[in-house]
Amino acid sequence: MPLNKNAKLTDDVLDLSKVAQAPTRDGFGNGLAKEGEKNSNIVVLCADLSESTRSLWFQKKFPDRFLECGVAEQNMASVASGMAAMGKIPFISSYAMFSPGRNWEQIRTTICYNRQNVKIGGAHAGVSVGPDGATHQAIEDIAIMRVIPNMTVLVPADSVEAEKATIAAARINGPVYVRFAREKTPIFTTLDTPFEVGRAEVFWDSEKPEVALISCGPMVHNAVLAADMLEKEGISSRVINLHTIKPMDEKEITRAAKDAGAIVTVEEHQIMGGLGSAIAEVLAKNYPTPMEFMGIQDRFGESGEPNELIEYFGLMPKDIVEAAKRVIKRKK
Amino acid sequence: MHLHEEKVKELEEMANKVRQSIIEMLVEAGSGHSAGSLGMADIFTALYFHILQHDPKNPDWEARDRLLLSNGHICPVQYAAMAHAGYFPVKELKTLRKLGTRLQGHPHRITLPGMETSSGPLGSGLSQAVGMAIACRMDNKKNWIYCLTSDGEHDAGQTWEAAMMAGREKLYNLIQIMDRNNIQIDGNTEDVMPLEPLREKYEAFGWHVLEIDGHNFEAIVGAVEEGKAIFEKPTLIIAHTIPGKGVSFMERRFEWHGNPPGKGPEDVVPKARQGVEALNELRTLGGKIKSEHQ
Repeated sequence: MPLNKNAKLTDDVLDLSKVAQAPTRDGFGNGLAKEGEKNSNIVVLCADLSESTRSLWFQKKFPDRFLECGVAEQNMASVASGMAAMGKIPFISSYAMFSPGRNWEQIRTTICYNRQNVKIGGAHAGVSVGPDGATHQAIEDIAIMRVIPNMTVLVPADSVEAEKATIAAARINGPVYVRFAREKTPIFTTLDTPFEVGRAEVFWDSEKPEVALISCGPMVHNAVLAADMLEKEGISSRVINLHTIKPMDEKEITRAAKDAGAIVTVEEHQIMGGLGSAIAEVLAKNYPTPMEFMGIQDRFGESGEPNELIEYFGLMPKDIVEAAKRVIKRKK
Repeated sequence: MHLHEEKVKELEEMANKVRQSIIEMLVEAGSGHSAGSLGMADIFTALYFHILQHDPKNPDWEARDRLLLSNGHICPVQYAAMAHAGYFPVKELKTLRKLGTRLQGHPHRITLPGMETSSGPLGSGLSQAVGMAIACRMDNKKNWIYCLTSDGEHDAGQTWEAAMMAGREKLYNLIQIMDRNNIQIDGNTEDVMPLEPLREKYEAFGWHVLEIDGHNFEAIVGAVEEGKAIFEKPTLIIAHTIPGKGVSFMERRFEWHGNPPGKGPEDVVPKARQGVEALNELRTLGGKIKSEHQ
């Protein structure tokens, strides 16, 4: 089995009927509550969405360090900047569509340009938000966050990794954006799975890979399932969990391009400006390689059940398999 | 609050120096905002030379009061007051807006010690001040938080979001001073987007509101003292100021909002010697720039 042993994934990673599921936003809530215990400077701000962002889990433990901002995301971002200026470590939380969607300039000027130690938790990112529809599906957030200097961008793959990412964000001195999803998705990493900000992790590692599948967020699991399907068809591949979009692990990405000679990127985000674009920027410079970009193709989302939407937008394992075959054909 | 006559005289003379520096730096830079900078010279002088707990030689001093400028485009007045107070050499003012300067066209916190925040995009300073005031209260810190805003930036919704939160939180340690000069870039504020009644709006949001003549040092200092004495609310001091104060051809004209001397607004014939004229007038006035001098 080409699953990378060192990644210490769960035994049932390939079995959708058995693998446990939880939304990545749970990891945010758990991470806040745990790290809040260790560091009394951590404060959490929310914009009238404390239950669904899970910031409520922090509020219950530390009511005096929780600040309800009401439906006012621009104010929330700058209030957090002011609190950070006085030594606090504020986490602001809302749906990604509103924060960083609505308050981008406040994040740019009052947090990043000021180099204030504020963390932005963007919940309900991606089309898997589901029935709420396109207005609530942030599929541009990675692009608008990674473009700002001083910002770190993390997209955890499951709830366990989301907790690690939240704790890591608290310990970084500087602005960090962490992206979360609403819907339950497979928990396929473990406490022992390595996680280091800025380091890509290889989850699937066939010998002599013909293609590398690079993904972030819960889509990484679909990439692993796709790799398994490819393997059964005799196509070897590598799967990389690129949980840190910025700073990019250029070395690991370039190595994958050199070893495989073809790349498929998979993200629940616009193909413009997201994970795929970030990788293309690196490879165009270091090692130009044929790529297929899987994501939302310059359009808005739709209402529907999360699994229906993932299928509708062509992000299922079978779609990744097709993209892999296409890109392999493009190799010179 | 009664200030000694000598103190008032000293502040008035310093405010004139600050005004002359503003003209000199704007002429040298060839661009920048004249009217608001001149109009706020007295308030900045009162803050840096009498009101603030601060140490120009130790700008990171923990116990310092925090002064946030929200309407960053009038930074020439803050730069000038800071230089005269000893934060950096007065001659550095001439680097305003030039490549490599610490004095950008709008303030940058990271490069200039003593500058509490970067600003320019309007409407976000009050939110940061609210955050600072809340953080201070959480830790029982005694710092006073001063936020300088403009009337024009009250077009922005974020300012009202912050005002609402400050009222809910009863931020006794926050004093906002609003530059009520009635102008913004495109015209007079009440023509562009009516703001009145400002006092009643803020009172409805839970603020203690004072209105003063922003060129009268006793009034400025007295209002701040009263604001500090109010323990159950944040305080707003609406400072009525004359834009362009001290340079008669600029006073009360919105056309001078975003222009330096010598480059006049489009409907004003540019005069190369305008900067010199302005400086000559300021030198004649000495410490006599008061609202009455008109």
